[in-house]
Amino acid sequence: MLSKRIIPCLDVREGKTTKGIRFENNVDIGNPVEMASFYYEAGADELVFYDITASHEKRNIMIDVVRRVAETIFIPFSVGGGIRDVDDMRNVLLAGAEKVSVNSAAVKNPEIISQGAEIFGSQCIVLGMDVKYVGESVKIPSGYEIVINGGRKYMGIDALKWAVKAQKLGAGEICLNSIDADGTQDGYELKLTSLISENVSIPVIASGGAGKPEHLCEVLTKGKADAALIASMVHYGTYTVSEIKTYLDSCGVKVRKSW
Amino acid sequence: MIAIIDYDAGNLASVERAVSYLGFKCIVTNNVKTIAGSERIIFPGVGAAGAAMNSLKRLGLDLVIKQAVIDGKPILGICLGTQIIMEYSEENETPCLKIIDGFVKAFPPDIKSKDGSRLKIPHMGWNGLENIKKHPVLSNLHEDDEFYFVHGYYPNPNHSEHILGTTDYGISFASVIGFNNIIATQFHPEKSGRPGLSLLKNFCMWNPS
Repeated sequence: MLSKRIIPCLDVREGKTTKGIRFENNVDIGNPVEMASFYYEAGADELVFYDITASHEKRNIMIDVVRRVAETIFIPFSVGGGIRDVDDMRNVLLAGAEKVSVNSAAVKNPEIISQGAEIFGSQCIVLGMDVKYVGESVKIPSGYEIVINGGRKYMGIDALKWAVKAQKLGAGEICLNSIDADGTQDGYELKLTSLISENVSIPVIASGGAGKPEHLCEVLTKGKADAALIASMVHYGTYTVSEIKTYLDSCGVKVRKSW
Repeated sequence: MIAIIDYDAGNLASVERAVSYLGFKCIVTNNVKTIAGSERIIFPGVGAAGAAMNSLKRLGLDLVIKQAVIDGKPILGICLGTQIIMEYSEENETPCLKIIDGFVKAFPPDIKSKDGSRLKIPHMGWNGLENIKKHPVLSNLHEDDEFYFVHGYYPNPNHSEHILGTTDYGISFASVIGFNNIIATQFHPEKSGRPGLSLLKNFCMWNPS
């Protein structure tokens, strides 16, 4: 049977791994290629890289990181952050990423999803969604709104509607990040995760809020997620991927145990 | 030299990187002569069956692969490459290479797991192998080893002797197929960590009798 995936997420700024809380106060925590190698050996099922480099001129640093990661690890990884068009997608895929994730650019121009899916295949295209709870309203029936620009700009788009639309356009997977939960280590947004996962047929990766193995168990069962993103809880050595998987296995969640 | 067949079906660099990492010489090519002169062939691919078959025929590669099968050259199919060696694919209703008897079928849209929960399509992620037959390329695998899959269609060989391993995703499907000098996996060994690299290495050293 298919295993639930445990996916460490590395935010990369100008070639260095960094971590912030609710997208702010970032501190450098390591070399992304070394960290990728470490997590590969430690049993991560996949990796996610977000390029949070502010200046566009320094984007080539990220392409070099992607190339070196691809020569080092032999599991899938995706790259997102600042992907604006099909050329940006091509650059990271050719550098060796398995998947590319689009977020703000897809909100502004949904066609980028269908263009990418047509050229590279749906399996390559991950829709990244940053979502905030705003309360149910006529405009936002689910109560969850799409935000962009690192959680600062509200778009007036309902998260559930957007997920369904992105799937129709050809997204192969959704990485669903709760801005409310991000960096808190208080647990994933279970209601949001199950809402989206039950209403799309593509896999959903839960993101934001992981602090202990119990949180992953919750989101992979009650939250109906297909995969769980983790960051702080492994970056600072609080837990290892192996410890998390042992716990999930003991809860009856199917995980990959041999690597 | 190992020829990795390039027929415009996705990014093949990951296969090349993995084989090079293992210390074997390989080349990504669509040149008929280079492929015919190679020691062994890897036939990868992602994408849709229809477009892939069109490219193969246009480049004359369908005949090269069929000849390599006859010549006894070791051949490894991966993902779409594995589906293309079958008779026919339901995807784009495509007649394929007919190296192995049987159709390529779509996972049923209402597919469910044993506990009754709905399964997503494509089948994406890590899954294990069952009913593994003794084969030099499949040696050294551990019982719990899993491999990375991404696919919405699966090969369904007519003859059980062509099925070398199966995987469970609501249904049990053939995830490793082959006979004589050809072996093909529905999963991506180049993206499957240690067991995937082990399988690739076994293939690079395999001398089918």
